[in-house]
Amino acid sequence: MSAYSISAPTTRSKWVAGILVVTYAIITMIPLIWIILTAFKSPADAISYPPKVVFDPTLEGYVNLFTTRTRISPEALAALPEPDTWYDRIVRQYDMVIAGPSKFGERFVNSVIIGFGSTFLSVFLGTLAAYAFSRFRIPLADDLLFFILSTRMMPPIAVAIPIFLMYRQLGLSDTHLGMILLYTAVNISLAVWLLKGFIDEIPREYEEAALIDGYTRFQAFYKVVLPQAATGIASTAIFCLIFAWNEYAFAVLLTSANAQTAPPFIPTIIGVGGLDWPAVAAGATLFLLPVMIFTVALRNHLLRGITFGAGRK
Amino acid sequence: MAEVALSSVTKRFGMTTAVSDMKLTIEDGAFVVLLGPTGAGKITTLRLIAGLETPDAGSVAIGGRDMAGLTPAQRDVAMVFQQYSLYPHMTVRENLEFPLKSPILRTPQAEIDRRVGEVAEVLRIPHKLDNKATALSGGEMQRVSIGRALVRDPAVFLMDEPLSSLDAKLRSDLRVELKRIHSDLAATLLYVTHDQVEAMTMASKIGVLHDGRLAQVGTPREVYENPASAYVAARSGSPRINLLPAGLLGDAPDAARTMGLRPEHIVIGDGTEAAVTRVEHLGDQTRLHLRLRDHDVVTLTDSTIPNAGETVRIAPREPLWFDADGSRL
Ligand SMILES: Nc1ncnc2c1ncn2[C@@H]1O[C@H](COP(=O)(O)OP(=O)(O)O)[C@@H](O)[C@H]1O
Repeated sequence: MSAYSISAPTTRSKWVAGILVVTYAIITMIPLIWIILTAFKSPADAISYPPKVVFDPTLEGYVNLFTTRTRISPEALAALPEPDTWYDRIVRQYDMVIAGPSKFGERFVNSVIIGFGSTFLSVFLGTLAAYAFSRFRIPLADDLLFFILSTRMMPPIAVAIPIFLMYRQLGLSDTHLGMILLYTAVNISLAVWLLKGFIDEIPREYEEAALIDGYTRFQAFYKVVLPQAATGIASTAIFCLIFAWNEYAFAVLLTSANAQTAPPFIPTIIGVGGLDWPAVAAGATLFLLPVMIFTVALRNHLLRGITFGAGRK
Repeated sequence: MAEVALSSVTKRFGMTTAVSDMKLTIEDGAFVVLLGPTGAGKITTLRLIAGLETPDAGSVAIGGRDMAGLTPAQRDVAMVFQQYSLYPHMTVRENLEFPLKSPILRTPQAEIDRRVGEVAEVLRIPHKLDNKATALSGGEMQRVSIGRALVRDPAVFLMDEPLSSLDAKLRSDLRVELKRIHSDLAATLLYVTHDQVEAMTMASKIGVLHDGRLAQVGTPREVYENPASAYVAARSGSPRINLLPAGLLGDAPDAARTMGLRPEHIVIGDGTEAAVTRVEHLGDQTRLHLRLRDHDVVTLTDSTIPNAGETVRIAPREPLWFDADGSRL
């Protein structure tokens, strides 16, 4: 199975490797753990120095993340009936009442729509294009592939201004469709190249067998190629999602009231009622979840996919 | 089952002519083996019949019907590939059902179950039906892929070296099996191989391919006893025929340049002297490697077994004569 190991690793080298991996994992996880912990601190605990590792956990950060609040006078507060929910009670400790929901939910939903929408579109178009490049004789195929790749030869943000102007003309600014198209355009070259590699590795014989077995080319693609490309499709989807989900610069530039995604929104939380680090951390924690869930759900496919087919059988 | 006819089929890939002016009729119910080394155009011929390639010239007819413009699915052929023969993401049963479930056949489920059961029985894999295809041994995989052709009732079976990746024992078992299946089904079968033993043991007719051309078509016996050229003679028989300059062992016809001498057609005892360089005991036969005036010669012996280093006298019996082009005189 292990294509690389020439001799079996010794116990000692296994230990060394294990310790290195665990150390590296811990180092990279510290910021993450920090954020997750901060989300459960009170604002005072969050900025205390030296940092508190042991503290009273509170859901204040999450409450503040999801609500907008207004300060009222102690007299007015006393005149109010007893709070009937736990989050009302948290808010009233600070002489405040909940004025309404914050925009976070909406922004999060925008992120989901735009992130998953553009991922689906990139992978869908990428698979079709990659299959065509892999299997058919296309005039100028190499030039076309190079052209597709060349869209990634500069940072996407370099074209921000033309895109900004173009989107304004087309009415695509601050729309979900606009952002989906934009992220798809950025991701598609990655998708085509990655998927072409995966599809190239699937022997044509399988499709030819299906053609002879009485299926059309499309059916052969659907029933024989797609299932075998699942690994590649899954890993490509994760790469596309990670880009679209985390993208910040275009989101700041092109979205505002309607289609704003979570990345430009989360930093704005900080301005609502002082330096509210726990709320920011809560937003960041929730923001991490979808990609994490998506990755874990596809992890069986992913591991083989990340090696780009090198570890096959 | 049906007859397959290739008329003057030519197929080029860029500068290489893979198949050149091929005329071949595979009669209904025949077991034809295309024999030739790698690159001779055997697989291209199969693919042309299957419709995976389009001929540059000539035509392919199956059952008297011209196949031009028909897709592989419409041609009603079944093909067994050398490798990558099973869909790895399906179970054995799903693999066997796959051709029957095609939009062209649309077999009812009861019929599918019956056919799959029958074929699994014939190939002795009923206990493996629900395994993943990738969980089979090489021999089982190849049997299943033959099974995938057998579940259908196609006009012709095309087989591309289906046994080449198997070990010797399994190969000879499956050879017998295939031969039996062929006669049970009275199927038309075109089989491609570079292994002359396979060709000799299974074929009702052998077509010997040389650089995309048919060098000879005939029964295994005809090809062996009456080869049309030195090339064909060298492709049949084991150990290989000895090709020697004409006149090395006495008189030769005028136009002859080469004498073909089958190992069993060398008589030991009389004639020209040759040194024994090596003796190979194979159990059922003993091979003598001789050195005859700067030429290596292989022969068989059963009675007198000399030692290496000794000298024997040999004489030809029924030599085959070939002219300067290698054609038979
Ligand atoms: N798809 C192809 N593209 C280019 N050349 C090919 C292709 N298929 C076959 N050939 C060439 O055609 C010739 C015959 O090939 P093939 O039919 O595979 O021979 P065989 O089956 O006897 O080994 C070879 O020279 C091979 O290189």
